[in-house]
Amino acid sequence: MSQTITEKILAAHAGRDTVVQGELITVRIDMALANDITAPIAIDLFEKSHIESVFDPERIALVPDHFVPNKDVRSAIQVQAMRTFARKYHIKHFFELGEMGIEHVLLPEQGLVLPGDVVIGADSHTCTDGALGAFATGVGSTDIAAAMITGEGWFKVPESIKLVYNGQLRKWVTGKDLILYTIGDIGVDGATYKAMEFTGDVIKALPMADRMTMANMAIEAGAKSGIISPDEVTLDYIRPRAKRPFECYTSDPDAAYAEVRTYDVSGIEPQVAFPFLPENTRSISAVGTVPIDQVVIGSCTNGRIEDLRLAAGVLNGRTIDKNVRLIIVPATPTVYRQAMAEGLLEAFLAAKGIVSPPTCGPCLGGFMGILGPGERAVATTNRNFVGRMGHPSSEVYLANPAVAAASAVLGRIGGPEEL
Amino acid sequence: MKIEGRVWKFGDNIDTDVIIPAPYLVTTDMEELGKHCMEGVDAAFAEKVRPGDIIVAGKNFGCGSSREHAPMAIKGVGISCVIAEGFARIFFRNAFNMGLAIFESSGVSEGIEDGDQVSIDQDTGEIVDHTTGRRFSANPIPPFMQELIEAGGLMSYVLNKRRG
Ligand code: SF4
Repeated sequence: MSQTITEKILAAHAGRDTVVQGELITVRIDMALANDITAPIAIDLFEKSHIESVFDPERIALVPDHFVPNKDVRSAIQVQAMRTFARKYHIKHFFELGEMGIEHVLLPEQGLVLPGDVVIGADSHTCTDGALGAFATGVGSTDIAAAMITGEGWFKVPESIKLVYNGQLRKWVTGKDLILYTIGDIGVDGATYKAMEFTGDVIKALPMADRMTMANMAIEAGAKSGIISPDEVTLDYIRPRAKRPFECYTSDPDAAYAEVRTYDVSGIEPQVAFPFLPENTRSISAVGTVPIDQVVIGSCTNGRIEDLRLAAGVLNGRTIDKNVRLIIVPATPTVYRQAMAEGLLEAFLAAKGIVSPPTCGPCLGGFMGILGPGERAVATTNRNFVGRMGHPSSEVYLANPAVAAASAVLGRIGGPEEL
Repeated sequence: MKIEGRVWKFGDNIDTDVIIPAPYLVTTDMEELGKHCMEGVDAAFAEKVRPGDIIVAGKNFGCGSSREHAPMAIKGVGISCVIAEGFARIFFRNAFNMGLAIFESSGVSEGIEDGDQVSIDQDTGEIVDHTTGRRFSANPIPPFMQELIEAGGLMSYVLNKRRG
């Protein structure tokens, strides 16, 4: 029977040859992830069950990243709960400050998620790991508590949507623009319950960082997961990182899809998603004059070293507009040190930006750059809902790191070509 | 198994902030959460509901955050099941994990009115509006998910299984 990559991974983890779309199955979990908001609930449920050990202390990742470095007493208490639990049950992958980074950048970087894995995370952007050719999806804290006991999770086998990207990418067009364009096309519920499978010549030529950005935002179209078949680009990324065996799956050519959409990317410009939904996308040339107060470059979507290089390259010795605050958030300590070694941090500071330690911070309106009433930000993050970065009357415009950096210099939303 | 109750009607895109506003997320006590259920749209909802009542809603019910407090609040206030045109994915999952029965059925948001007496057969998915005599069909709940509901949610299910 012909199957998609998603069906193959799920079948393998259910101990079966094949699975059928819509079927409910129980599968083995390779990695269960939770953060400082969701882990405390899972820990509480686990402790109430009076089970004495977790299924596998090496298959659980606890990453305090949302309000870390602890922004207040309540967030400190939440991280304490994680720390105590991690010590008690010998959880190998608990990340203390100094090693901690944004979970969806950290896990792939540290080789903790691999092609062919089933990954669940009590965080909706767990779908990022699909860029490695894994089945990765966001769940609730109860799923994590149960998985910590059994090492298993239940799933409905999703239908897949195949998204094919052909043509030649224009300058300044990145994975971020492709996924924003796609969400603008299919809408924020265009892929509800489904797996988005990204394919085509453009994807094959796309670096891992861009692939992760695309899979990251599958949830913004309502999808259960986003996935890209592993290839040489994937293996170059994985080989130096993997500490356990993994399996590469690909979809059969005649596998069944709920829908196939083909995009010629040659005509796609850098995209900007206007408030208050990621589907409100416009081409950069159609943005008009939108003055801004703040620019945030970071998050699990665009906080990787490639993103920082792109932004620093656009700044290129310029200083930002005097009415703009520029906040750079390297996603992990490794990204931070690499940026330091390459002189990128110096470039950001010289441009009159600031560099934050790794954290989710401003992305969810947590801390480190909250917007006041009526303020506007260009952000390389993934959500621009009402009040996402601060006051309910503030606005977030989503864009790629090159557009974000150019906007900081211009004092309004604009592309690097305008500099 | 059959569920029967009086209907409370809601519209499309009822999000988790409406179901249980963020200030109440400091507890995981179901009854406590239930007291604030639907406060974002009807402040007196919890006082009016009788145990066993049913929520009928439109598209994308439960959209927004992955907070499990939303299905907990609905269960906590005594609602027996939610019938909607569609559910947001993580809410769908969390509902079963919390042991809350939910059904997807197209046409219910047009065809069923506030206050109607409605029954639903869990095994066949047949919905009957006893006030108007109209019938609708929902996808029946698959056996595994029925087990989750009967056990009272995923944690009890997992623990029961371990005890054998
Ligand atoms: S960076 Fe933003 S979207 Fe990503 S995990 Fe953190 S809060 Fe969520």
